[in-house]
Amino acid sequence: MTHHQSDQEPDVAIVGGGLMGACVAWGLARQGLRVCVLDEGDVALRASRANFALIWVQGKGIGFPAYAAWTKASAEAWPRLAAELRSETGINVGLDQPGGFTLCLSDRELQANVDMMARLHNQPGTVTYPYEILDHAQTKARMPATGPDVSGSIYCPLDGHVNSLRLFRALHAALKAHSVDYRADHAVTAIEPRAGGFALTGAWGEMRAAKVVLAAGLGNARLAPMVGLEAPMKPSRGQIIVTEKAAPFLRYPVVTVRQTDEGGVMIGDSEEADGSSLRVDHSISSVMADRAIRMFPLLGDLNVVRTWTAFRVMTPDGSPVYEQSETCPGAFVAMAHSGVTLAPQHAFSLADYIATGTIPKEVAVFSTRRFRVPASV
Amino acid sequence: MFRRLSDRASGEITFTFDGRPITASAGDSVAAALLAAGVRACRTTPVSGAPRGPYCMMGVCFECLVRIDGMDNRQGCLVTVQEGMRVESQRGSRTLTPEPAQ
Amino acid sequence: MTKGRVSTERGIADLADEYDVIVVGAGPAGLSAATTLAGTNARTLLVDENRTPGGQIYRAITLAQPVDRQRLGEDYWRGRSIAEDFLRSEAEYAPATTAWSIQPLQGDAGQTIGHEVGLSSNGVARLIQARQVVLATGALERPFPIPGWTLPGVMTAGAAQIALKTSGLVPSGKVVIAGTGPLLYLLAAQLIEAGATVSAVLDTTPRENWLRAFRHARGFLVSPYLAKGLKLLQTVQRRTRVIRWVSALAAEGEGGLKEVVWGAGGREHRMAADLLLLHQGVVPNVNFSNSAGCAHEWDEAQLTFRPQVDEWSASSVAGLALAGDGTGIGGAEAAAIQGRIAGLGCASRLGLVAPAERDRLAVPLRTSLARAMRGRRFLDELYRPAKAFRVPQDPDTIVCRCEEISAGQIRASVSAGAGGPNQMKVFLRCGMGPCQGRLCGLTVTELIADERSKHPSEIGYYRLRFPIKPLRLHELAALPQTETAKVAVLADLADTHHPADLNERKPQ
Ligand SMILES: Cc1cc2nc3c(=O)[nH]c(=O)nc-3n(C[C@H](O)[C@H](O)[C@H](O)COP(=O)(O)OP(=O)(O)OC[C@H]3O[C@@H](n4cnc5c(N)ncnc54)[C@H](O)[C@@H]3O)c2cc1C
Ligand SMILES: Cc1cc2nc3c(=O)[nH]c(=O)nc-3n(C[C@H](O)[C@H](O)[C@H](O)COP(=O)(O)OP(=O)(O)OC[C@H]3O[C@@H](n4cnc5c(N)ncnc54)[C@H](O)[C@@H]3O)c2cc1C
Ligand code: FES
Repeated sequence: MTHHQSDQEPDVAIVGGGLMGACVAWGLARQGLRVCVLDEGDVALRASRANFALIWVQGKGIGFPAYAAWTKASAEAWPRLAAELRSETGINVGLDQPGGFTLCLSDRELQANVDMMARLHNQPGTVTYPYEILDHAQTKARMPATGPDVSGSIYCPLDGHVNSLRLFRALHAALKAHSVDYRADHAVTAIEPRAGGFALTGAWGEMRAAKVVLAAGLGNARLAPMVGLEAPMKPSRGQIIVTEKAAPFLRYPVVTVRQTDEGGVMIGDSEEADGSSLRVDHSISSVMADRAIRMFPLLGDLNVVRTWTAFRVMTPDGSPVYEQSETCPGAFVAMAHSGVTLAPQHAFSLADYIATGTIPKEVAVFSTRRFRVPASV
Repeated sequence: MFRRLSDRASGEITFTFDGRPITASAGDSVAAALLAAGVRACRTTPVSGAPRGPYCMMGVCFECLVRIDGMDNRQGCLVTVQEGMRVESQRGSRTLTPEPAQ
Repeated sequence: MTKGRVSTERGIADLADEYDVIVVGAGPAGLSAATTLAGTNARTLLVDENRTPGGQIYRAITLAQPVDRQRLGEDYWRGRSIAEDFLRSEAEYAPATTAWSIQPLQGDAGQTIGHEVGLSSNGVARLIQARQVVLATGALERPFPIPGWTLPGVMTAGAAQIALKTSGLVPSGKVVIAGTGPLLYLLAAQLIEAGATVSAVLDTTPRENWLRAFRHARGFLVSPYLAKGLKLLQTVQRRTRVIRWVSALAAEGEGGLKEVVWGAGGREHRMAADLLLLHQGVVPNVNFSNSAGCAHEWDEAQLTFRPQVDEWSASSVAGLALAGDGTGIGGAEAAAIQGRIAGLGCASRLGLVAPAERDRLAVPLRTSLARAMRGRRFLDELYRPAKAFRVPQDPDTIVCRCEEISAGQIRASVSAGAGGPNQMKVFLRCGMGPCQGRLCGLTVTELIADERSKHPSEIGYYRLRFPIKPLRLHELAALPQTETAKVAVLADLADTHHPADLNERKPQ
């Protein structure tokens, strides 16, 4: 369970062992730092094992051009992440970036998406990237399983997906290879700045570290104020349907339907402003299933083996938050709704900033100050 | 590997398994009819391609999957065999055949 | 709607939208609960996946012929009156119908006012409401992960019993039965009685169990199990070779079973075989109660998780009762009594039976239940499967049959950070196949516990999700769709969504 327990004080203590905590921990350990990850146990709110596994660029960054650029760069860095994880752990995370589609089931839906992409690309100072607007016939030519109800689609060649469970496992295997001290069943209940570092406590005892990174997902909300930070979040619940395995039928990921490299089809994901219960709403499943079948009629006879809901780690504007505490330097908070897409940024860039102790200006725009100052766009 | 008690044979039903005609007894599940016909393996797995056959006969193990009348991955132990049914081995994952062009 | 039967042409489309009670499972527990409830005038629906009532022990009882009485024994025959009582009752019955979901319905004050049960039959799904629900989903044979247990030709002994009860099939050729548990000899005797030639029974009951069981012998000696057990043992011993103290077991063959290999007395033995029937007891089928969110606890005597129930068989979830072997193994007689007690509890919560009346009616039931449970502790101790057969030592032994995950992979993943069954799913996909953990859940828990030197109760079990049995995507797509759901999926484009006519919808 515990990779490596040492009595020595770690250089960095990371609270949370989801994708964010694991990426940052790996990045720091690769620089030779002693890292300890404190995580909850087997049953926890953990978006990292409940997500849709897209590496998605199209549509990201409306009203926040820096996020569009950050996302695009992340998608471009994904092959490096996949290759390094493979060489360190032997695990193939199933990275596939053939480009992705947004399928629309009415002309109005298509128009709304076309308008959105235009607005995104017309923002001053934004990165641009190629995308195509396809009608029904063009869509069907690329995805023969497309059904007659599909009005058209948007295709962006930067999009892709991974096997998110294998990503999770590969990161943990890489942590082990770098002797990161991973501790499950170590929920942190309090953090206190002490003697130039931090003391973290929980039912398990106490630990000191020079630096602390809050990567506790939804748990950040409670922990951040203890070290002079904020973790504003809005409730967001998403629901996913998974089917039995099928022979490959879908070459490309669609934003709401994808076939995993193991054959299962995932259908998602809804969004509700609800943070209270993880109850699956069959009515939502019904709408999602209905749309998926209209997109690809051959899905209708597939057996559904699981449905679930999960809470997203959603900031008020949907963009990530990275910030170092002003009052307690050495304490960082990191959270993102698109933790799969942004995994390379977290493992490579963010880990660097934390190691050096400074977040560069172009990334400092992701601080929570943006929620206090009116946006300048 | 199984034989049928003479006092339990009821109305004969003929179906095919991988094209081979098989006689079953009315009321048999597809899995039981296959066992009675000496079929041990009815599918290969999607993961490794290993052969498998019915294990629990009560609907919980999903080892008895077969293709029935063109529909993949049906639980043979829960489906009653019907006259003329076309049963085939399930080879790996189910296949999805695109709808015929409209 | 005729009583006791759902018209077969329309199937589940004929069911009402609401009942007072839905009972899931037509074994002795569910049949008794439904009959009891119908007797209190509760509007009752009983659903079961099988085409005829009876559950495991009384499977196909309504089709049984007089010859089956001799073959399968008096305990089987007794199921006829239980099934007939039910069929005569006012309860509705939906055979060949699978329950795949259950969720509480909330009243205005947030209190639970009932449940919505997801049903599926013949390719059509529905959500049906009930003020009270009884889950009587019974037991499963305990996983028996030995090398080669996935080979064609290896089945459970229960599976052979089902083939016998439903189709009159008898194992033939070279047949080996292996394992332990009170049912092992019953199954062997039934098969032999029906004419099977059994090459050998390999008894894996560990020698030391006799000592442990001895402490609980008093209850056993006055229970009917003693006489019945001795008779079965005699039948089996007279007609086949019984090999005791088997401490290792494997199935071998390429593409199918060829040989059974076992260890006994420090030596390895082999025997050619066409059919190996495995059995090491039964454990509660917790998939439904787990996914419904009922509290469970580890039962150290039966080495399994089981849902917690109160004296009226009510679970920790309001409005949801659990009865029969799904709450812990007590056997058919206890299951039937528990079903009646659960029925009384529900009827009283529905206001159909006054509490005093309920208590009065329950008195004789509780006495009979205590009697039926006598000797159980002895059986649990005696037939406690050896660790070697629950926690595979050979790293290559497959644990998760669906995703083909071995014991060695699971052990290795523990040290890689997967300290519990749910993290293990993420690491290895074990338990994520179509059987939804039914054939690996306990093994995974015990393997992790072993690897971490912890107790299974500290490790826990898979968290299971709906649907607890697969249903087709088009069935899901044809369920009612609320405006809220459309908004959740399409936000401000919600009004563009019009449900497709995927199934014949229920006429409103
Ligand atoms: C339905 C859904 C679909 C999604 N789809 C995609 C997608 O397609 N593409 C994409 O890029 N992203 C997607 N995401 C988002 C992605 O999953 C998340 O951004 C990412 O997993 C967040 O990782 P995390 O580590 O920040 O949070 P989490 O995975 O939630 O991890 C937080 C960890 O912190 C631990 N923790 C919490 N409190 C404490 C404490 N006090 N002490 C110790 N440990 C603590 C928790 O146990 C947990 O392990 C999706 C999310 C959801 C819910
Ligand atoms: C394979 C097997 C064979 C057994 N044979 C014997 C025997 O011969 N003698 C003996 O004394 N004991 C036997 N037992 C032990 C058995 O558990 C009890 O004797 C008794 O049958 C328990 O009664 P019950 O009502 O609790 O459950 P069961 O009799 O198991 O009935 C449960 C019923 O619920 C149904 N069900 C389960 N889930 C769903 C769902 N989601 N939707 C719809 N229906 C569902 C099942 O199909 C089943 O019909 C056997 C157990 C097993 C597993
Ligand atoms: S044999 Fe187990 S599900 Fe059919």
